[in-house]
Amino acid sequence: MPPVLKAHGLTAFYGDAQALFGIDFELDRGEVVAVIGANGAGKSTFLKCLVGLVRAQREHVWLDGEAIGGLHPGEIVRRGIALVPEGRRLFPSLSVEENLRMGAFAGRAGPWNLERLSKLFPILQQKRRSPATSLSGGQQQMVAIGRALMSNPSVLLCDELSLGLAPIVIKEIYDALPAICAEGMTVVVVEQDVVTAQRVSRRVYCFQEGRVSLHGRSGELTREQISRAYFGL
Amino acid sequence: MAVRLKRSTRASRVGLLAGLLLLAAAATLPAWAPEGAASSWMHQFVEVACYLIFAMMWNLLAGYGGMVSIGQQAFFGFGGYVMLVLGNLAGVNPFLAVPLGALAAAVFALPVSYLAFRLQGGYFAIGTWVIAEVVRLSFANLTVVGGGSGTSLTALRGIEKATRENATYGMALACVVASIALVYVFLRSKRGLALLAIRDNEVAAESQGIDVRGMKLAVYVVAAFGCGLAGALYFLGNLRISPDAAFSVNWTAFAIFMVVIGGIGRIEGPIVGVLVFWASSRFFSDYGTWYLLGLGLLAIVVTIFFKQGLWGWLQQRHGLSLFPTQRRLDPEEPHAQH
Amino acid sequence: MLEAVSQVIVQGLLLGGLYALFALGQSLMFGVMRLTNTAQGDFIVLSAFAAISLMAILPGPAIAGAWLPFLGLALLLPVAFGFGYLLQRVVLNGTLGRDPLPSLVVTFGLSIVIQNLLLQVYSADPRSIDTAGLNTRSVELPGGLAVGVLPAIVLALAVVATAGLQLLFERTRLGRAFRAVSDDREIAEIMGLDARKVYALATATAFLLIAVAGVLQAMRTTVAPSDGPLLLLFAFEAVIIGGMGSFWGTLVGALLLGVTQQVGFRIDPGWGIWAGHIAFLGVLVVRPQGLFPKTRG
Repeated sequence: MPPVLKAHGLTAFYGDAQALFGIDFELDRGEVVAVIGANGAGKSTFLKCLVGLVRAQREHVWLDGEAIGGLHPGEIVRRGIALVPEGRRLFPSLSVEENLRMGAFAGRAGPWNLERLSKLFPILQQKRRSPATSLSGGQQQMVAIGRALMSNPSVLLCDELSLGLAPIVIKEIYDALPAICAEGMTVVVVEQDVVTAQRVSRRVYCFQEGRVSLHGRSGELTREQISRAYFGL
Repeated sequence: MAVRLKRSTRASRVGLLAGLLLLAAAATLPAWAPEGAASSWMHQFVEVACYLIFAMMWNLLAGYGGMVSIGQQAFFGFGGYVMLVLGNLAGVNPFLAVPLGALAAAVFALPVSYLAFRLQGGYFAIGTWVIAEVVRLSFANLTVVGGGSGTSLTALRGIEKATRENATYGMALACVVASIALVYVFLRSKRGLALLAIRDNEVAAESQGIDVRGMKLAVYVVAAFGCGLAGALYFLGNLRISPDAAFSVNWTAFAIFMVVIGGIGRIEGPIVGVLVFWASSRFFSDYGTWYLLGLGLLAIVVTIFFKQGLWGWLQQRHGLSLFPTQRRLDPEEPHAQH
Repeated sequence: MLEAVSQVIVQGLLLGGLYALFALGQSLMFGVMRLTNTAQGDFIVLSAFAAISLMAILPGPAIAGAWLPFLGLALLLPVAFGFGYLLQRVVLNGTLGRDPLPSLVVTFGLSIVIQNLLLQVYSADPRSIDTAGLNTRSVELPGGLAVGVLPAIVLALAVVATAGLQLLFERTRLGRAFRAVSDDREIAEIMGLDARKVYALATATAFLLIAVAGVLQAMRTTVAPSDGPLLLLFAFEAVIIGGMGSFWGTLVGALLLGVTQQVGFRIDPGWGIWAGHIAFLGVLVVRPQGLFPKTRG
């Protein structure tokens, strides 16, 4: 089966500074793939390219056999890629429920709706009328994930879900991953926490200064290999 | 590889020479100008000088200080009125009263900034306009300076016309040179670099220990001084002042047009802009409303399509810079080694 | 004495209603896209003159009486909506960004263009809309207070408009889009929202209010091509006094401005507007965030 999402020689720039130097990346349907790397390695930039927030060349990103690089974010979400952004970035002027409803703005059909989300994360139902930013960090992360799921994507991109959260909360959030993947959702997880990344994913890509420095099955890579790739030694 | 700090470009050295020649020509104008034309030329120059100084100050404030103000006319008029009051009522020599008026405007900027700095961005701009309106209404209610219909500068009566015109012209020339020098020196100094840092990224500048608020106040006061100077000079030449003329928002409107067309944030921008403005007003001002309409459209088009102004666009295309305020790092040519 | 005071206050409130209509559009545009429209007042004057011209070609007041202007307004509304949409889409969208200068210069340029265009077409003479006496009719309330019918209609429209905007923002999908795009444009776009269209709809809505304000102003008093800047100042003062980010706050700010101006006017006719300026400066000193600011989470 061809990969659902593919990047081929992906380059990206912030103004004059180059952030990505030819990334090759493949994602099969139903997989959970982790992207690890130090700060500034280009992980977030990579996700932003996939979702259209950072300009990419048309032929560098492929979704279901269609070249989508550089398309407007609105067109990409309509084709089925959703992002849970780094730092949550909920809308402060909107309540929890309104934030979730915004996720459905693109109008894609699918299994995810408010009801199903409240089964996944009950807190979303309990606090649905509260201003979104009045929730705790972990709860906000659930809202952010829920908001992305509301667009019924086929590919879910998660940028640093564990950022600023306590270990027990991180575990709670990642425990929900199987339920999200139950219907064949494909997930990319960007993480600084290597142990968690290896645990939840089938394959791992390691980024280092804008390049893929290591790539393989999560279970097979040794700590030493990862360290070297992570730090570029 | 050694690196040398280069402060001037070839174009700037040429420009400096050209500027000095122009200055020499201008200073001796009364001597070589054709009979009958000298008076009108000098009068025009005084007017252009005021527009130029005002535009330069607006450019300093907006382009370098990051503060867009639609209320600089408050200081223009304030400087004018103080000059007139000192001349008419306090017996001060009006020519001396011009810099005094500028100083008064600078001092006035302190309480004004207290109010204005409570607003940001677009609302700061309109807020300064409101303050200017308050100042205008206040002066319109002062009967000692003629209230709403204004009054004349009587202190120069008794001086021969030619002498007065020459002296005013000389004063204008001095003011222009002083203003250009002031701005240029200010921006090339350490203060100036700090200002550029603030303009580029205020938060980062603050974290580097730069006193952002203090710098902004300094720029605001300097700009007020300049606008007050322009105002005092203008009414010295005009001999008659009124609240509507002194505090008209058109001063700021024209300054915006000049700076936008010439390019914001560059020293030479206002100079180019004022030349374009003056040339166009000579040819088209007979068309009144159409002329102003055209200016408005031009400003809109230039802002949207030529973000760096016409001069800035030229600069980018040909790499020219008359008043370099950047410091360029120039790698020294390594000596050939075998 | 009490009667005189209440009369002044009532008149101030009625005047404030008009100021609210001036200010709501500005509040909306600034709230959604941080755009300061320095041509706000001039667009109000433009719509007033458009209405005046429209009235000249509609069947005379003899047929529809005092309600003709409102018919004219109804015809003008879709035109204003479309105009605002195009203005934002074609001209103003390109000026948005971190730097406030481009939008300020462009709207200021528009202000100059509109004023001079109107001067060219209509000359400097003040004009107004024939209301067949509606603008002088008044009703006497219990207690001896006289309330003008037209000003009362204006105030009522202002309250309706404020409530309408509040509902639009809080209960509708478009309102959610407005709030989201103003919070975080990037993230709103990855939800599928087209910010350019949302901004254009915001401005289109603001222009509905501008049209209403223009027509009512021309019914209430005379308008001249150079009136724009003063109306802008009133709108702006109302927004600052009331507090940014809140439509009800803008309404209250406008009412307070109206009352302050009327009080000043009563003391001395030359002090009306001046008193409003002083009140604005006072609020700026004492409570710069305004009386009812909306705090962001």
